[in-house]
Amino acid sequence: MALNPNVNTVLGPFRMKRYSAFAIAREAARYHQGWERAWASPEPKAHYDAIIVGAGGHGLATAYYLGKNFGITNLAVIEKGWLGGGNTGRNTTIIRSNYLQDPSAAIYEKARSLYETMSQDLNYNVMFSPRGVLMLAQTHHEVRGYQRTAYANALQGVKTEFIGPEKVKEICPIMNIEGPRYPVMGGLWQSRGGTARHDAVAWGYARACSDMGMDILQKTEVTGVTREGGKVTGVETSRGHIGCDKLGIVVAGHSGHVAEMAGFRLPIESVALQALVSEPIKPCMDIVVMANTVHGYLSQSDKGEMVIGGGTDSYNNYTQRGSFHHIEETVRALIETFPMISRLKMLRQWGGIVDVTGDRSPILSKTPLENCFINCGWGTGGFKAIPGSGWGFAELMAKGYSPLTAEFGLDRFKEGRFIDESVAAGVAH
Amino acid sequence: MLILTCPYCGIDADETELAAGGQAHIKRETVGASDDAFEEYMFMRENPKGVHFERWRHANGCGKWFHAARCTMTLEVFGTYEAQTYEPPAEIRAAISAKRPGWSWGSFS
Ligand SMILES: Cc1cc2nc3c(=O)[nH]c(=O)nc-3n(C[C@H](O)[C@H](O)[C@H](O)COP(=O)(O)OP(=O)(O)OC[C@H]3O[C@@H](n4cnc5c(N)ncnc54)[C@H](O)[C@@H]3O)c2cc1C
Ligand SMILES: [Zn+2]
Repeated sequence: MALNPNVNTVLGPFRMKRYSAFAIAREAARYHQGWERAWASPEPKAHYDAIIVGAGGHGLATAYYLGKNFGITNLAVIEKGWLGGGNTGRNTTIIRSNYLQDPSAAIYEKARSLYETMSQDLNYNVMFSPRGVLMLAQTHHEVRGYQRTAYANALQGVKTEFIGPEKVKEICPIMNIEGPRYPVMGGLWQSRGGTARHDAVAWGYARACSDMGMDILQKTEVTGVTREGGKVTGVETSRGHIGCDKLGIVVAGHSGHVAEMAGFRLPIESVALQALVSEPIKPCMDIVVMANTVHGYLSQSDKGEMVIGGGTDSYNNYTQRGSFHHIEETVRALIETFPMISRLKMLRQWGGIVDVTGDRSPILSKTPLENCFINCGWGTGGFKAIPGSGWGFAELMAKGYSPLTAEFGLDRFKEGRFIDESVAAGVAH
Repeated sequence: MLILTCPYCGIDADETELAAGGQAHIKRETVGASDDAFEEYMFMRENPKGVHFERWRHANGCGKWFHAARCTMTLEVFGTYEAQTYEPPAEIRAAISAKRPGWSWGSFS
């Protein structure tokens, strides 16, 4: 199906009422009785042009751009739980694009730039807040590493700069830059990095997809992949068989499990990644700080909670909870640089199951099964990539090739063409 | 917190005493391996939902590497055994079969 530029797919046949200041006033006048559901809950059809497994941010963004950029709207997104209930709803929402390798910078910067206009594009407030992301250099190695990244970013057209300790102290006064153990020697500053509301990203895409006539099938688990003559024909689900011409598997931590149903293996291990928030306090930090040497990072939410994350747990795990001593280690390590944390009560802690590849970069690829595609391996840092990943993966699924995803193929491991970000992204985020 | 029994010194070791070493029973490939075999060794992982065999080191103890059989869905430990073996011993397999009838992992079942 070709894209028809004359059809506004967002305002297409299943048109939902737009959100606006006027809508709020209208609803206020009738006691908010008139708000509609944001997306439909249809019965599955027997067959779709395309099926996406997994209604996380990446799956929903893929569906959205398949509809918006390629006119493919006879599409179902199949989700075993509730949409956005996986890592998309569990992450600490850091958005940045200051990666070292060119293919990474391209897809993450595409994503970051789409975040800038996402609320307008989706008519849904995703609260994108480009408050600036600072990656601290606390060893001489990190200083050199981030200076190198800053030069790489200049060549890639990604706006970042390496700043000295005085500037760090100026933009983040609560920080202790003196050490002694981890003195702040500078930092890599991306002024247009930031955060967004994670749930809203999933909800905004879901609403726009439903609006285009796509079916979002929640509480529907994919239990098998059916094939004929080396081609995919559909999926077995907890609600019966559903046929499709093209299949996109976008299930993060569960990728190995679903790939096995489709008959291929992945270079991925699934581990728990945890985060926590403190009690809400007055505004004290208006940027995002990542401290890779001590394996911790933090930002302050609009509610006032300090949002804190660290590294992954060390062993394979599907339980969506991790070991408590990792939380303890993360907080302990951050206290020297952020002394005020030592006086905060922590409120909540949780975990997600992240899919980690051998080179710490994602996989957006064709698979050994024809017409079956996989988007996974975003591991600890894929929230920031959602719109760029959806954009590129939709193009790959529609046309068989996308310049954004070309380097992220499954064959790169065999061929030794790694996209090695494990140094540039030493911590989870 | 995970607690694993070190098969060498017999201590019930907390996770903080241990270092995880990833999937066990990997066949190492070297010079002359085919691309497929090398990729399999270097990158491909079982990563199952369920029974998993893995390596651990009693880092803050006797320092030795050992193997554990564990469920990744419940974190239940089926048993631990010494690392000087190419496959899980019969009693470990029996312990798993008692709780997860019909299990399989790679070429083991
Ligand atoms: C604690 C934590 C902090 C993080 N912090 C950041 C951060 O600050 N910045 C950042 O960029 N990234 C961060 N990440 C990573 C980010 O959350 C993920 O990379 C991203 O959300 C992955 O999105 P996804 O859509 O691929 O996966 P998910 O949101 O996990 O969606 C996958 C969906 O597939 C569904 N599914 C699985 N199996 C099946 C099946 N058989 N049938 C049907 N449906 C199925 C799941 O239920 C799930 O809803 C963090 C992750 C965690 C856990
Ligand atoms: Zn021991």
